[in-house]
Formats: sequence, structure tokens, C-alpha cells
Amino acid sequence: MDSSRRGFLKIAGLSVIGAAGGSALVARGSETEPAESSHDDAPASQGTRLAMVIDLRKFSKNDPQLKRIVDACHTTHNVPDFGDDTKNEVKWIWPEEFETAFHSQEFHYVRDDLQGKPTLLLCNHCDNPPCTRVCPTQATWKREADGIVMMDWHRCIGCRYCVVACPYGSRSFNFTDPRPHIENLDPAFPTRMRGVVEKCTFCEERLARGLQPACVEACDNDEIVFGDLNDPDSKIRQLLSEFMTIRRKPGLGTQPEVYYIVEDPRSMQEMAPAVVVSEEGGNHA
Amino acid sequence: MLEKALSGSRTYWAWMFSLLVVIGFAAACWYWQFTEGLTITGLSRDVVWGFYIAQFTFLVGVAASAVMVVLPYYLHDYKAFGKMTILGEFLAIAAVIMCMLFIFVDMGMPMRIFNVFLHPTPHSMMFWDTVALGGYLVLNVLISRVTLQAERRGNPPPSWIKPIIIFSIPWAVSIHTVTAFLYSGLAARPFWLTAILAPRFLASAFAAGPALLILLAFVVRKFTDFDPGKEAINKLATIVTYAMIANCFFVAMELFTAFYSSIPEHMHHFQYLYMGLEGENTLAPFMWVSVILAVVALVLLLNPETRNRETSLALACAAVFFSLWIDKGLGMVIAGFVPSPLGKVVHYSPTPPELMISLGIWAIGLLIVTGLYKIVLEVRGEIRH
Repeated sequence: MDSSRRGFLKIAGLSVIGAAGGSALVARGSETEPAESSHDDAPASQGTRLAMVIDLRKFSKNDPQLKRIVDACHTTHNVPDFGDDTKNEVKWIWPEEFETAFHSQEFHYVRDDLQGKPTLLLCNHCDNPPCTRVCPTQATWKREADGIVMMDWHRCIGCRYCVVACPYGSRSFNFTDPRPHIENLDPAFPTRMRGVVEKCTFCEERLARGLQPACVEACDNDEIVFGDLNDPDSKIRQLLSEFMTIRRKPGLGTQPEVYYIVEDPRSMQEMAPAVVVSEEGGNHA
Repeated sequence: MLEKALSGSRTYWAWMFSLLVVIGFAAACWYWQFTEGLTITGLSRDVVWGFYIAQFTFLVGVAASAVMVVLPYYLHDYKAFGKMTILGEFLAIAAVIMCMLFIFVDMGMPMRIFNVFLHPTPHSMMFWDTVALGGYLVLNVLISRVTLQAERRGNPPPSWIKPIIIFSIPWAVSIHTVTAFLYSGLAARPFWLTAILAPRFLASAFAAGPALLILLAFVVRKFTDFDPGKEAINKLATIVTYAMIANCFFVAMELFTAFYSSIPEHMHHFQYLYMGLEGENTLAPFMWVSVILAVVALVLLLNPETRNRETSLALACAAVFFSLWIDKGLGMVIAGFVPSPLGKVVHYSPTPPELMISLGIWAIGLLIVTGLYKIVLEVRGEIRH
């Protein structure tokens, strides 16, 4: 077993422990691999901090990969498809143009290929989430064991305060019954009913079974990398130290845990990695 | 005492019955919404709060404004408000009930409403707003009942109620402050992220509420032997004038900060409100009506001659009320959502069932106010039989 797989299962084990603490969604812990679940070698003071790196360099305009990733998530989680009906729309992960995804930052005179660059958006699983702060019933909360921002669809009263508080537009409300709009219903995952809020949960139900998130699994070439920020040997930490990454609306102090690698491969060839770090390591993006 | 609301003239019953008809239609619409979901409203993924929450916000102000008669009467022993005070408290009761109903119809899962109490969450401003509104309703029911009971028996109110009345004064301020905190504490919405929001809410409340109270007093006087007294009306008119000036001043401060700093995400919401953005200008005509009404109201109120003449005062009060209703009950909430957090300009307008449900809740409020005012006037023997 290679080290990244081992590291991942460690995360999964911790996720199970976290899930037992309060998730109403996980009911299938039996499929986890207990042999790898031991958490005694995890840094006790920090625990696990799950995060994601999305490598924008690897996506081109109209990339068929985008649809595959979105579909993988949405079919796994029985997310309804309302077609062009943006009013009732529910989405967990979706592509926006780069300029929209980072609209509060400005990018002038950028290369052609960056303009309109498809950028996958999802819940940022913020370290300091404003959505969980406002929820009047604790139907959404940050799981301390791994940092996943969870949802309890059986407790949500549908006040939509979390949707209002999210600076990233990552949450959807079921304005109408979603079930008639699910094409291929997966009985392994709960459907929602009208009147509750939903969003990405970093596939905590898959993590509990030792699997990668569905969007990560749907990638051909590590376009999305998922892992534990507190593990210095994790692939995600390697990427974060190697490349300059940006996050959405960093000035709000929410500490989003989805990072984006922006540079184009051409510029990477032209510049030695050490130069990239020294020039752009100031992280003022 | 409630039985006094259950007998009355033909005019009384015709009025109450027509309100019930409106409420009936609204109830049918609400049942439709209950079965189909909030999809029958104009709300969308981007504009998740709209007309209902805006009405709620406006009415919290009307409820809080009772303090503008309670404070002078009980704290400063200002006798001229003797006849008006209970009308203010009863207006507050009706307004709080309307607030609660607007929250209720806005919920995606109304049958889960008790989750708010089963899982009390002090870090949520919505929890505190629930506590503040519920407490304010209890306080006003208790105070108005005890003082009216004493008045009926010809006694002064019992001494134990006085501290409770004093306590209700800061409580009234708190309900609108906490309601402002619902909005002003959100990093996601630059339009509301302003420290002036709570003071502005209070100023607009203390203008719109007493303006409504003056209008209600005039209506009641027309149909009964009730007379609030010239001095009370004049004093209320002064309160409306000062509060309206403060409100307009606060709005001007908002505009200065947004436009002089020129921070785009602060300016865009005001541009959307008053000019429209990317051709989306649904609210702009309403906002300009609000501005014109505010100017008209201020001219009429600042001039002592027009302020002291009842017809022009009534006109000024109506102008204040509708100006602030547009500003707070329409623009304030919706503009927070446009542009969206992704910078998209989206359209929202309430649908007919959404408006019907809202109208029904206003009718419930009027029904409660009418019934409660009837009780007071019966107790005081001011109803013509």
C-alpha cells in the first residue's frame, strides 16, 4: 500500500470517529477498514483538517471532464436536476468562469486561456464558517474531528439564514420537492425533501467507507486533490508548498479550505519553481 | 375583557368580516405554498429572502415604536399620552404577532419551528431575535392587560407593574437592534455590513410607528368618541419629525460612505436600488417614490403651520409611513441580494400568492388592532351605541 493511500485511510478513520459524534447522514460505517482507522499517530493537538486543491491549469474551456465531475457528485448524492430553471436550482459543485468565481479580485491583461477559465465551485468547508454561526438550530455545524461543514436535513427548519450568510453562494434551498427531478435515484444516499438547505459535505459518507470524494475519484489526472492539511507529508501539502494557490474572498476571514492553482503550464516551464515561490510567495492574491 | 371585542355595530362587523375574507384567501394561498413549497413565491437560489422577511423587518420597527409613547408617559410622567399609551402597546402586540406570522410563512419547514427552542443556539442572531420578540409580546400583553384592568376599576395601576414597564423600554430598543444584527453581522452581504444599520432601523421605526399611530388615532376618532387630545398628537408629530430627520441623515451617511470610498461591492447595491444594474431596475421607481415621499413629509413636518394642521399632518404621516415601508419593507432586504455573492445581477419580484399571503397577515394585524382598540374604547365608554 502506498503512502498516500495509507494517509488517506487515516483521514477516513478519523472521519468515522467524527461522524459518530453527530452526523445524521452516515449509516454505513460497517464498510470502513478498521485496521487502518487507528488515529494514535495523528498529531493529537491538531487532528485532521480536510481540504481540497483544484488545479485550474488542468481544465480547458468546455472540458468534458467538468461535466463528468459534476455528474459524479450529483448522481452520488441524488442532487435534483432542474435544467435551465435557475430559480429552483440545487447544486453541490458547478463550474463558473474564473472571473465570476474570483469576482472580487481583479485580473487585468491576463493570458487568453485564463479568461473564462472554468473554475469548479463548491462548499469551501471554511475553518471559520459564517453559515454554522447563524443557524438557529445547529442543523449545520463544523465537525471538529476533520473540519467538514455538515448538514442535518432532519433538523433544518428551512429559514435559509445559512444561505444568506454564505459568501460563496455554495448553499441551495429546496424550493420544491426535489425527488421528481432526480433522474437516476441512488438508494444508497438519502434524498432531501422540499424546504431544507443542502450543499457539498466533502463526501463524508464516502470518507467513512475509505473512499475519496466522488469529484476527486472522477478526475483523470489529479485535477482535484483532497487530503489532510495537518499531515505535512500529504499530497495536498506538497501542492500548497510547491505552487502559489488562491482562495475565494480571503479578506472575509472565513478561511476557505478549497485552494486553487492558477498558473498556466507554459509559465511553469519558463520559470524555475524556486523563482515562482520567491516571486509570488507573498500570498497577496 | 376580550368579550368586548365580540359585540359591535354593523360597521364594526362589516369591517371585521371583510378582513376575514382577505385572511381566508391568504390562508388558501398559504396552504398552496405549504403543499408546493416556496417555489410559488418569487424567491430563488440567489434571492432567498424577499417580501416576507422585508415585511417582518419593517413590522419589528412598528412594534418597537410603542416605546415612543411608553417612555414619555411612564418614565417622564408625560400625562398627555395617557390616552395614547395603550393604543401604542396594542399596536405593538399586533405588530409582533404579524412579525411572527411573516417568519412562519417564510419557513421551508414550518412544522419544525420548535427546533429553535429544542436546540437553543446562542451564537445565532435568529435565536436572540426569537427570544426578544417573544419576550416583547409577553411584556406588552401583560402590561396592557394589567393597566387596562386597573383603569376599568378606576384604580391606578398596581405598583409591581411599574418596574416591568420600565424594563419594557430597553427591551423595545433591543428587538429592533437584534433584528438589525440579523443583517449587519454578515460578511457575505456588504450592503448590510454597516454599523449604522441598527441606529437606522431604530430611527425609521420611531418615525413610521408613531406616524401610523397618529393615523390610527384619527381613524378611531372618526368612528368613536375617542379623542387623543391635541397635545398628544402634536407631541407625536414632533417625535415623527425628529426621527424622520435622523433616518434621512443616516441614509445620507450610508450613501456618502459607499460612494466616497468608491468600494465597488458597497456601491453596487445602492446603484441597483436607485438606478438599476445591468438593466435590472425593478426597485428603482419604488425607491424614488420613497425619496419623494420623504421630502414631502419633511417639508410638511418641519413647517409648524402644516405640522399643526390635521389634514396636512395626516398627509405627512402617510408619506412617512409609505416612504419608510418602501425603504425597509421592500428595498432594504432585497438589495442585500443583488448583486449576488458571485457578482450576478438577479431579478426578484413577489408573485401574486406571495403578495396575497402578505396581505392576509396585514389583515390579521388590522383585525387584532381593531379588536383590541374596541376593548379599550368599550372600557372607557367611548363607543357610540
